[in-house]
Amino acid sequence: MDKRISPLSRIFLIVMFALLYLPIFYLIFYSFNSGGKMYGFESFTLDRYRELFQNTRLLIIVLNTVVIALLSALISTIIGVLGAMMINKVRSRRARDSLLSLNNILIVSPDVIIGASFLILFTIAGLKLGFYSVLLSHIAFSIPIVVLMVLPKISEMSPSLLDAARDLGASRWEVMTKVVIPYITPGIFAGFFMALTYSLDDFAVTFFVTGNGFTTLSVEIYSLARRGISLDINALSTIIFLITMVIVVIYYLITNRTKKAPDMEVFK
Amino acid sequence: MENKSTRSLYMIPYVIWIAFFVIAPILLVLYYSFQDLNGNFSLTNYQNFFTPIYLEMTLSSFWYAFLITLVTLLFAYPTAYLLTKLKHKQLWLLLIIVPSWINLLLKAYAFLGIFGTYGMANKLLEAIGMGSKQLLFTDFSFVFVAVYIFIPFMILPIFNSLDKLNATYLDAANDLGASRWTTFRRIVFPLTIDGVKAGCQITFIPALSLFMLTRLIAGSQVITLGTAIEQQFLVTQDWGMGSTIAVFLIIFMFIVMFATGTKRRRARG
Amino acid sequence: MKQLVRLAVVILAVCGILLFTISRLNASQGYSGNNTLTVYNWGDYIDPEVLDSFEEETGITVIYETFDTNEAMMTKIQQGGTSYDIAVPSEYMIEKLKEEDLLLPIDHSKIPNLKNIDERFLDLSFDPDNKYSIPYFWGTVGIVYNSKQLNGMKINSWDDLWNPTLKNEIIFTDSPREIIGMGLNSLGYSLNDTDPHHLQEAYDKLVSLKPNVKALLGDENKMLLASGEASIGVVWSGDASEIMSENEDLDYVLPEEGSNLWFDNMVIPKTAKNVDAAHKFMNYMLDPKVAAKNTEYVSYSTPNEEALQYMPEEMVNDKRFYPSPEQTERLEVYENLGPEKLGRINELFLQFKME
Repeated sequence: MDKRISPLSRIFLIVMFALLYLPIFYLIFYSFNSGGKMYGFESFTLDRYRELFQNTRLLIIVLNTVVIALLSALISTIIGVLGAMMINKVRSRRARDSLLSLNNILIVSPDVIIGASFLILFTIAGLKLGFYSVLLSHIAFSIPIVVLMVLPKISEMSPSLLDAARDLGASRWEVMTKVVIPYITPGIFAGFFMALTYSLDDFAVTFFVTGNGFTTLSVEIYSLARRGISLDINALSTIIFLITMVIVVIYYLITNRTKKAPDMEVFK
Repeated sequence: MENKSTRSLYMIPYVIWIAFFVIAPILLVLYYSFQDLNGNFSLTNYQNFFTPIYLEMTLSSFWYAFLITLVTLLFAYPTAYLLTKLKHKQLWLLLIIVPSWINLLLKAYAFLGIFGTYGMANKLLEAIGMGSKQLLFTDFSFVFVAVYIFIPFMILPIFNSLDKLNATYLDAANDLGASRWTTFRRIVFPLTIDGVKAGCQITFIPALSLFMLTRLIAGSQVITLGTAIEQQFLVTQDWGMGSTIAVFLIIFMFIVMFATGTKRRRARG
Repeated sequence: MKQLVRLAVVILAVCGILLFTISRLNASQGYSGNNTLTVYNWGDYIDPEVLDSFEEETGITVIYETFDTNEAMMTKIQQGGTSYDIAVPSEYMIEKLKEEDLLLPIDHSKIPNLKNIDERFLDLSFDPDNKYSIPYFWGTVGIVYNSKQLNGMKINSWDDLWNPTLKNEIIFTDSPREIIGMGLNSLGYSLNDTDPHHLQEAYDKLVSLKPNVKALLGDENKMLLASGEASIGVVWSGDASEIMSENEDLDYVLPEEGSNLWFDNMVIPKTAKNVDAAHKFMNYMLDPKVAAKNTEYVSYSTPNEEALQYMPEEMVNDKRFYPSPEQTERLEVYENLGPEKLGRINELFLQFKME
């Protein structure tokens, strides 16, 4: 960590990170429990991991989950950014607030309702349940979160910046790609990561709109609850967690090295 | 490119989304909310909502959502602020989000273990001489875990608005002899209000309809509108009443949005 | 901007590679073939080896999908969109599915192994003549308790739970009919009693139990009871055997006043595509040796009388999970009460939680 913050602040940050990671380390710890349960550690074993690598069905489920999360986050980010731009264009306060409220409806609605109504809509539309219905739903419920993440960035952009760019002869497209997008990039990344979170966490909506053998990890985990979730899932989460960490760090290193200016940030 | 209709083309995907995934489901929910148990048109569901049991639930939903948002903000703001001062701030920020990618149910099970009678939290309490306490199934653990879940959602927008804050403003304020608190109150906070508001919306709105944690962590001792909807859909299979509660949730959300919307206007003068 | 575009391209490429891998894996498992059977069941509610041997023997590939509540499953079947060939709902749900005309009748001539089922579990009120359903597992609702933590105290009846020394010790299953039913049973009324006065009486009695209630939980109750977080739980027998296998201090008791008898049965939803394979599957599951193997894995009680001889004796002789016919006489199967009365029970339950 850095020297620019006081020791007290540093302790605060350390505690925050410790708390955020506490349950995850708890899960990881018990994935090595030979007792087979998430309490009463008996002795160290790697059996769970061995079992895991023989389980093709679970592997397919994990890959499904990752594809859905990445694709839905990507697409919802694009649509969400466009939506935020549109909302930002609305001048009247009342219209703007109404539009934003419409945007937020999917955030406030409980998952069962979203899931059930999407299911009804898809069956009316004659869409076959499976990969595409799940992807569409995940895109749909991630869009509002992206809008909420991007909108503050857009609205704090000063109009004089845009005017200046236009005065310099920039076309609409250039203003967009050279001025607006770079400015709101942190918001875009925030939206993307939040969409990823929503998608990975979702159980109820996916449950309703999935079918024909297509399953994601949350659906599988929730339906295991009746018979007790096995530590295989802990082991699986451990592996996913480690892979994620490695990807995050590598990504950071790569983007940081390709930048020339030392103070440039990944997100910009 | 320059004529008006092509200029609005970019709106199409978002408008389609609103039409199919917001308006259409809302109409469905409205339609169901006017149906009684036998599928006839009726207002009984709405009458039912205005009975003490649902009103009490509404109050408690708001109270907990408020509490959760407040606590989340209190911890998220300083965290976001300190993060912006770190060297590899973007990496640290990413590391704040990563825990939220692990399945929620699993993390909830972990919390059950941590807060349990023989769990880590109680061992800690004993070690510092406070003696073991009943932590599970209390308001404390419920709010704690809810805050745990929402905090990355709050930190992100606040971080983004703090990060662009021009350091020269702060220096200027310092040079002019402003105390740190004054600087914060007069300069930093007003400039980050948009981020704070986004964070509060992303926390408060879903917190209104929390349901899983009310059972897992609060042991069904906390009942919110989300819990009630869940039960109407998945236990009684009374979609009518479930939809009616959802209609009210949406109305409440509109009210909250308009209330905060007006404030923004005033703050900007 | 350039960086964003590049990132998007990378994500798309990764997804492409993953999708390709998935399709290869699916093909290697035979999931994309024609001769498939889609089974819709609770998670981990079947021995995977049994599925494997079924696939080997018949050449049919099983696609196993899971659900977590009966009601959610019903919604999926009702809406269509997926062709489930076999589903495993609980008995009250079978009645509902029948009412909604969502099931196909079963051709008994294709299931000769039906003769292995104990007659006690055939031809029950929720499905006369087993026209639409074949028993899979069954069980009861009872009390699981940790006598060691309770200093050797014995619990025999629902009424014992009202003991004032049990403050904050009980975990309930978060399920309206089980809990309101317990109130009714403890007063000597039937589980299916819908007399408003009796319901109110049961509610009042339950409210007086509230100080003893620690929490109302779902499936996580197993972990908490086994780890000693609470010493008493009102649970389904399937959960009880699960909990007891983890912690030997616990015992399961069927309350004297009576309790609920439940079934999970196999049915063929109307949307089924491979009805023939569904019959084959049912028949296979009723084979004594297969049923015995499956029961040992799942550890719920099997209705298959012939299977008992292939199972460990201590399992079969356990009166707590294989109660005698006299004991089962005190047990009642839930009747479908209709939406209004169910709604009333649900409302009372919500009120009870909010007390």
